[in-house]
Parts: sequence; structure tokens; C-alpha cells
Amino acid sequence: MRIETSLRRAAGRLPTTGSEESALRTAARAEREGLVDVAYAVTGSPVGDLVVAATTRGLVGLFYRELDDVLVELAERLSPRVIESRSRLQGPLRDLDEYFAGRRRAFRSSIDWSLCGGFARRVLRAVARIPYGGVQTYGDLAQGIGHPRAARAVGNAVGSNPIGIVVPCHRVVRAGGAIGGYGGGPERKEFLLRLEGAL
Amino acid sequence: MRLPAFQTFIDAHREHVYRFLVAAAGPDDADDCFQETFIAALRAYPRLRNGSDLRAWVLTIAHRKALDSHRSRRRRPTPVADVPDIAGAEPVAGPDDSLWSRVRQLPPKQRAAVLCRFVNDLPYAEVARIVGCSEEAARQNVREGLRKLKERI
Repeated sequence: MRIETSLRRAAGRLPTTGSEESALRTAARAEREGLVDVAYAVTGSPVGDLVVAATTRGLVGLFYRELDDVLVELAERLSPRVIESRSRLQGPLRDLDEYFAGRRRAFRSSIDWSLCGGFARRVLRAVARIPYGGVQTYGDLAQGIGHPRAARAVGNAVGSNPIGIVVPCHRVVRAGGAIGGYGGGPERKEFLLRLEGAL
Repeated sequence: MRLPAFQTFIDAHREHVYRFLVAAAGPDDADDCFQETFIAALRAYPRLRNGSDLRAWVLTIAHRKALDSHRSRRRRPTPVADVPDIAGAEPVAGPDDSLWSRVRQLPPKQRAAVLCRFVNDLPYAEVARIVGCSEEAARQNVREGLRKLKERI
């Protein structure tokens, strides 16, 4: 048999099973060696799949969007060293499970605000103080951060929240009873408010 | 071209790299070399100027890691093979391994050229990039490598 034929046939028989396991071991090793700038995991929930991401400083994103989209954004805006690694996300994932089971009201992880610009950060820090089961209007939120006439800018900032659920922008509502908008869609907002007993 | 997330990059290339390493480093060392390759890639990743030609880049690293592994194996006495805990958990050295073993004996450039061509089906332009030579030299390296392999049959 010609050597080229032997090589091609042998190449066709090379295993690919094993590459997935090796990749998982590599991710674990990368985490141990401090090379994972952004760790993420995908988890199911009653409001659909969530992509949860964390830097070493804290939770940096919680998205309802398609994973591929999220990875592009994380790589562009934070660092290309984005790796799937559940170990860093264990705490937040557990807290989320307990939250959806109605057994938890406060999330324990620290927050990394790197995906939020200056004004948005101020607004979202104030949002983070709205308690479980409560709501606040856009107007009151604006007032609370000392910008009483900036309800629309405040609204945009709330809408730009990259850390869904944990930074509870779902608790910000319109004056007069209407629920208002939500990045994850009105059904999700309603679900979360009902879960918390605010509706 | 923007750099993709590292996870996207590893998912896109892990099978290529793994198959290359089973041939280039042997089934016992493929997993170790795989990890070495992608950890080295991860360290260098943020310094890359663009995201084009990542496949050639990672295979170049894999080739160097396989060479390192080959050289250190030759210096070490042959270890007693570990008994795997689970049957079939690791790639088992089959009849093909004697062929790949002969490929591994080739000088580095011929070895890389033959592997890139036959394991990964890469065009000569890419083979040249990985081996670090001109396209014509890449063709020559493949021809020479095949000639040497034929001699030993």
C-alpha cells in the first residue's frame, strides 16, 4: 500500500473522543493558574437559560441572551480570556437556585461593575438597594440619586443593566401601576415580581 | 479580525489539535500536550494582534509541545504503562501507532509537515506557516518525509 494511503487511513482512525475531556481539564487548570479573566456558566431557571459571568472581583453579568452573543460582548468589552468554568460560579448559581425556590431573598456575591459606565453605575447601585418584595418608580429612583428630572436617562440606565435578577432592575416600575419595560421581556419581569410577592 | 472568546477558540480547534497530538505525541502524552498547548495559547492570547489564522497558530504551539514531549521521552527511561482506571478512558495505542511512531522519528520540519498535511488536511500555505518555511519548502518537507517513511517499510 502506498505510504500516502496508509497515512490517510490512519488519520481517519485518529480519535476525537477525548478532546472534550482534555478541554475540561484545561479549563480547570487555567482557573487554578489564575488565567481565567472571565468565567461563565449557563444554567436553567424558571425564566429560561441564564448566562452567568464573573471576574475575580465578582459577578459581572447575568444575561437572558444567546450564549454566542454574550461571549462576543464579554471578549470585546472585558477580556478575550473568557472560559466556561462552573467552579467560580458555584456560589451565585446556588443562590439563584435558592432564589427561584423561594428560599433566598438576598444574593451573596460581590458585584463587578465593569460593564457599566459612570452614570449607569450610580443608578444601578441605587437599584441594588431596592429590597426583595418591594418596587420603586423610575421617578423616585431618579430623585433618590439626586437627578429628579432625569427619569428618562435613569430609565435608560436601568435598561442597560448587565446583571439581571441579582441587580434587581425588575423592581423598577412606572408610576401609576404599570409594570414598565424589561430587558428580558414583560413576562419575565412579571414572573419575578410575582415570585417576590410584589405583585 | 476581532479575537473570539477563548472558549469559542478552544471549542473550534480542540478536535484538530487533539488528533494532531495523538499522532504527534502518541496516545499516552496527547492529553498532557493538549493542556500544555492550550494553556500556552491562553497565556499569549491577549497579546495576539488579530483573530485570523488561529488554527495555524495553535497547531504551531501543539507541534512545539509535541516535540518537547518527544525529546524528554527520549531522555527518560521508558515508564511502565499505567493501568487505566476505566477501560477505554484514554486512547489506546492501536496498530496505527507504529506508523505514527515512525512519523515521530522524522526530523522536526518533515514531521510537522507530514502531520499537518495528513492529519489535519491543511493547505500548503498553512503548513508553511506552522513549520516556519516557504510553501515550496513545505512541499519539499512532505516529499522528503514520505520518502523516509517509505524507506523504512
